[in-house]
Amino acid sequence: MIEVRDLTKIYRLGSVEVPALQGVSFRIERGEVVAIMGASGSGKSTLMNVLGCLDLPTRGEYLLDGRSIAGMSEDELATIRNQKIGFVFQQFNLLPRMTVRRNAELPLMYNGGKPEQEIHQRSEAILKAVGLGDRMNHRPTELSGGQQQRVAIARALINDPVLLLADEPTGNLDSHTGSEIIHLLLGLNKEQGLTLLIVTHDPGIASQAQRVIRLRDGLIEGG
Amino acid sequence: MRLYRLFIEALESLNANKLRSMLTMLGIVIGVAAVIAMLSIGRGAQASITSRIESMGTNLIYVSPGSTSQGGVQSAAGSAGTLTLDDAEALESVANVEAVASTTNSFVQAVYQSQNTNTRVMGVTPGYQTVGSLTLEDGEFITEDQQNARSLVVVLGSSVAENLFGSTAGAVGQKVRLNGQPYKVIGVLESKGGTGFMNQDDQVFIPLSTALYRLVGGSRFRGSSVISQITIKASDADVVDQVLNDVTLVMRERHETVEGADDFTVTSQEATLDAATEVADTLTIFLGGIAGISLMVGGIGIMNIMLTTVTERTHEIGLRKAVGAKRRDIMLQFLVESMVLSLLGGIIGTALGWGIASLMGQVQFSGSTITPVVGLDSVLLATLFSVAVGLFFGIYPATRAARLQPVEALRYE
Repeated sequence: MIEVRDLTKIYRLGSVEVPALQGVSFRIERGEVVAIMGASGSGKSTLMNVLGCLDLPTRGEYLLDGRSIAGMSEDELATIRNQKIGFVFQQFNLLPRMTVRRNAELPLMYNGGKPEQEIHQRSEAILKAVGLGDRMNHRPTELSGGQQQRVAIARALINDPVLLLADEPTGNLDSHTGSEIIHLLLGLNKEQGLTLLIVTHDPGIASQAQRVIRLRDGLIEGG
Repeated sequence: MRLYRLFIEALESLNANKLRSMLTMLGIVIGVAAVIAMLSIGRGAQASITSRIESMGTNLIYVSPGSTSQGGVQSAAGSAGTLTLDDAEALESVANVEAVASTTNSFVQAVYQSQNTNTRVMGVTPGYQTVGSLTLEDGEFITEDQQNARSLVVVLGSSVAENLFGSTAGAVGQKVRLNGQPYKVIGVLESKGGTGFMNQDDQVFIPLSTALYRLVGGSRFRGSSVISQITIKASDADVVDQVLNDVTLVMRERHETVEGADDFTVTSQEATLDAATEVADTLTIFLGGIAGISLMVGGIGIMNIMLTTVTERTHEIGLRKAVGAKRRDIMLQFLVESMVLSLLGGIIGTALGWGIASLMGQVQFSGSTITPVVGLDSVLLATLFSVAVGLFFGIYPATRAARLQPVEALRYE
């Protein structure tokens, strides 16, 4: 499902080269739940960006769903992000101007001209599934943190992605709400076979994953 | 993304910053209002000039004296005393001529009891009523008999009648003194509504013969009386050019001149109208151009605010890109936003410009009002132009937004 070989990412700050990833290789199968751990500066975020097709690696190979990402154009990457990948961020990243429903529908806006009715049915179904059926016409600012993260999850799921990338999804939530969110994500994995990749500091969350990838200084520990 | 969703999103985001959006729009509102108001006033001025010239009659051709050249000395135009009554008579036989009128003009003091006024006196032949499109309010115009008898009769323009008698009624039958001679008022003309320079209502008409032999006194050339102008009315607008050519040929033959050395000039009313229209057009373009500059300044305001918006929404752009927005989508989003801004400004500006134009229509310029003409084309022009301004000044900010890299944009707080 996901295969990376010798993934390397080097940032250039002026004339200085800063290596963020120094040759990372691993495989993740369909339906797996994998946690990525590591101290800050270990290359977690860089790895997430590359896996999420937000950034291209300097060297190495990345196969997503059997397709090589290297050499893709910006628009091709955008299409992959839109249709194969769902993002859940630590800061939720909802647009405050729009209702919950419109936030969840956002990826559908960039997925061809689907009929309005289909868009509506889809967002309604997904928001009900994450437990926000009665909050659809509220604005994100009227919701609690947990509810906002549920909207973000609904948004991530709306295009039926094959991979869900969660970057510290509970980082801005209290522990009780956080575990509810993790529960929701794991439930999606069990019911729909969604592949989950969770970046976290929390060993409690990591322990619920089937596998943990630990990063240190741009390399996989023990890898 | 669907276009109507883009419009809704644009309206939402403009609504989120109401004051800022309104102030930005104000620049376009003022620009468009100025363009509309200036164009309509220019058009109004043009229409008023045209109608004034047309009020003198239609399909007219004027023959005026030109300049003479004696021993290499060129005299001023109009000074050649060679245009005579005989010329006028000869021109009556030109094809497609409906009427010919000969005139002299000078200025006199008209007196009735204790009232007096200075006015232009036109010595005219009876045909002038036709060529000058004169309509009588009271009484009658000069007749052939009065012309032959050199009668002391006068037809008053409406302003003159009002100045001397207080109203246009009751003047007929009274006597007014022109330069001391008593003239019987036989008619009063209907007002032509002209004002200011070349006021068509501020003149009086007496028989040409009376003017030549009794009031002003005329000189003679080749045994015929010298007159100041011959006015010819062609029977139809289509034959004006033909009549003009024939008149010129007849005059050349009679005066034994060649082209380039004529001692007369022949012009058509149409030519005068064209010249006046051209002046008004230039004025309209000039005014519209100045107003266009303010529209341009409004456009720069849009660009400025759109650049700020793009910076403010960097994070949003990053998110949109993360969920699959392509460059084109982001570009369109910001372009639509700046176009909505300028289009709304354009619509409000059109209404405002219309209002200003009608207000200006109430104001008097040297005693006359200009009726502004707001054409559909100027409304369309201003609207399209404002959208174009939004598009043009939106392109740079939108391109900047579209070029943002998703990773960096998402990191931006």
